[in-house]
Amino acid sequence: MSGGVDSSVAALLLKQKGYDVVGIFMKNWDDTDENGVCTATEDFEDVVRVANQIGIPYYAVNFEKQYWDRVFSYFLEEYRAGRTPNPDVVCNKEIKFKAFLDHAMSLGADYVATGHYARTELRDGKTWMIRADDQNKDQTYFLNQLSQEQISKVMFPLGDLEKPEVREIARDHHLATANKKDSTGICFIGERNFKEFLSHYLPANRGEIRTVDGEMKGYHDGLMYYTNGQRQGLGIGGPGGPWFVCGKDVQHNILYVAPGKDHPALYSQGLIAENVNWISGEPEKKVFHCTAKFRYRQKDRPVTVHILPGNRLEIVFDELEWAITPGQAVVLYDFDTCLGGGTISTVLNQGTDASIDFVDSAPI
Amino acid sequence: MDPIYLDHAATTPIDPKVLEVMIQTYQEVIGNPSSIHSFGRQARKVIDDARHKIAKYIGARSRDIVFTSGGTEGDNMAIIGAAMAHRKSGKHIITTKIEHHGVFRTCEYLEKQGFEVDYLDVDRTGRISLDDLKSKLRDDTILVSIMYGNNEVGTIQPIREIAHLLSEHQALFHTDAVQAFGTVDMDVKDTPIDLLSMTGHKIGGPKGVGFLYIRDGVTLASFTHGGDQERKRRAGTQNVPAIAGLGKAVEQVAGHLSERISDCLLARRSLLGALDSSGINYRINGNPEHFLPQVLNLYFPGTNVETLLTRLDLEGIAVSSGSACTAGSIEPSHVLTAMFGPDAAETRSSIRISFGSGNTPERVAQAGTVIARCVHDLVESGKAGETL
Repeated sequence: MSGGVDSSVAALLLKQKGYDVVGIFMKNWDDTDENGVCTATEDFEDVVRVANQIGIPYYAVNFEKQYWDRVFSYFLEEYRAGRTPNPDVVCNKEIKFKAFLDHAMSLGADYVATGHYARTELRDGKTWMIRADDQNKDQTYFLNQLSQEQISKVMFPLGDLEKPEVREIARDHHLATANKKDSTGICFIGERNFKEFLSHYLPANRGEIRTVDGEMKGYHDGLMYYTNGQRQGLGIGGPGGPWFVCGKDVQHNILYVAPGKDHPALYSQGLIAENVNWISGEPEKKVFHCTAKFRYRQKDRPVTVHILPGNRLEIVFDELEWAITPGQAVVLYDFDTCLGGGTISTVLNQGTDASIDFVDSAPI
Repeated sequence: MDPIYLDHAATTPIDPKVLEVMIQTYQEVIGNPSSIHSFGRQARKVIDDARHKIAKYIGARSRDIVFTSGGTEGDNMAIIGAAMAHRKSGKHIITTKIEHHGVFRTCEYLEKQGFEVDYLDVDRTGRISLDDLKSKLRDDTILVSIMYGNNEVGTIQPIREIAHLLSEHQALFHTDAVQAFGTVDMDVKDTPIDLLSMTGHKIGGPKGVGFLYIRDGVTLASFTHGGDQERKRRAGTQNVPAIAGLGKAVEQVAGHLSERISDCLLARRSLLGALDSSGINYRINGNPEHFLPQVLNLYFPGTNVETLLTRLDLEGIAVSSGSACTAGSIEPSHVLTAMFGPDAAETRSSIRISFGSGNTPERVAQAGTVIARCVHDLVESGKAGETL
């Protein structure tokens, strides 16, 4: 239980169905300020209130060390490499459905339930992950790295509900979190300024901003602050714009921009993904057609998948894709079934001048 | 199995005789002890009777007892009061690394106010060294605060020796006797303690009441301002029924001290017996000679304290450890850290079991068997590592 409305309602629904429910709050990050105020305290207070309303025991568990070692270090490492990581995916894989699941199992639990919007289905002796009924809230994108063993022990009580229904259930039962604002952004950064947060952990090396034609446009504050497709915060203007980030040269610390949203440098034909995970086993066919998401809350795109050795994939898009970003997750779907996914490592054949050495860009 | 309460060091169930006195007081005594009419006099008599019983038990005079809201207030009143009243004689204070937060954080606060505080180390059994104390004493030391018996590991400090050592020095001697009070015979005539704080709810009394003993002639700066109650040392209308209950609780301790001690020792033996016969690996954190009979701190190698405590609670066994942070998770105990060093395994894998009334040897043995089974399971799953 995070102290949010989703996990509150998930706990309530299970309790109503007659499960023996235990609420557990995870503390993964300490943001105690000079006044001793810590957001985890406020969230835990909400867990306490809701658990008492529902009538279930509640506990806390501290995974700060595990989170730091397995999620935050990865997060920094990716930024250092010029990529844009997705810590939520790794948090689900390493903390919520590993350290936490293990903790729950050692307490004698049969299942771990969360407030994620996703569903599971038992078919052919395997557990499959299915998109949530509420397509707008579906969170399978973030769950793409779960193994068969992990999801076989997981319940998603909100999978068949729409978000407004969840709020309504919470209000009907006067749950303390019924009107609590949804959390946004990366959990350990919260509402704070991202750039300032990152600057505490990684050295920011100022460098040049160049156009895809090689023209010098100005200076950036450090490559880690930029991501493909970004328009705001570049601090460059002048004729020819608006300017969009379309690539990074990490070795020479250069940020490349393209003029106009429709510039070919922002489009690509495919990608290579690494650390590929298949939730319910690797497909038998090594080449197949399915749909994919390259970022959360994006409509599915038709693609052809080529399974490569070493947990890698080559994915070729049916149509050109805009601003594919290394470090983000690519997640594959067979209609409503989430097959799994990987981390985007290379963007294929960006339409650019071949003389410019784009990071992670390779011909198809 | 019905849940079993083994956390008497956190708080105790109220003694039925205490409750009886309190209910009677609530029903029959309506006055304010400061009022001059008959109702006031009746209330005044109730608190004076309680004060007399308490004073008699610890070998003090009635006028040396000030009622407080409990241990933390007593600690604050003694430490801040002594420091502020005597700052012209010096700014140096000595305490230990294993104090309750009521003392520890009060001393940290005084450091911010310009006082200088030395925190004495303890050995691996949780005891300070008298030589260490001697060597830290300075001419400008104005206060020494050392707890009587530790609430986490039960180690008893050489209070009598410390008190005699300090009787020749200007420094006042305060002891936090909150945990020790119900199972250690204390006498301030025999042991020259200047300030002693305790609370009611650790000895079968009500929560929210305690007292501070202030030796005759010791002056403290008052930090509550208002009426002239408690000889101008603690402003605010007294909680009459709670004070009546506190008096009764102390009377119960006075009358049954050796029984209380032997009951706790019996429970302790019974629990350790169950662990021994189960064959699990454990060690006692604490001093083998100088320990409070009701506190038993155990180290279970290969377990995680949060998992163990949660598992035990789900199995109906209420025990504890260190202290929880405001977000509910368990912080490494500063006491175990002082004893074993930072990051020592003991700080991550130890729990506190504490005994009290109602803990029959049979029930405690049952609990011991469950504890052993849980520890065994967790050690096994820990050996397997993460399974996913």
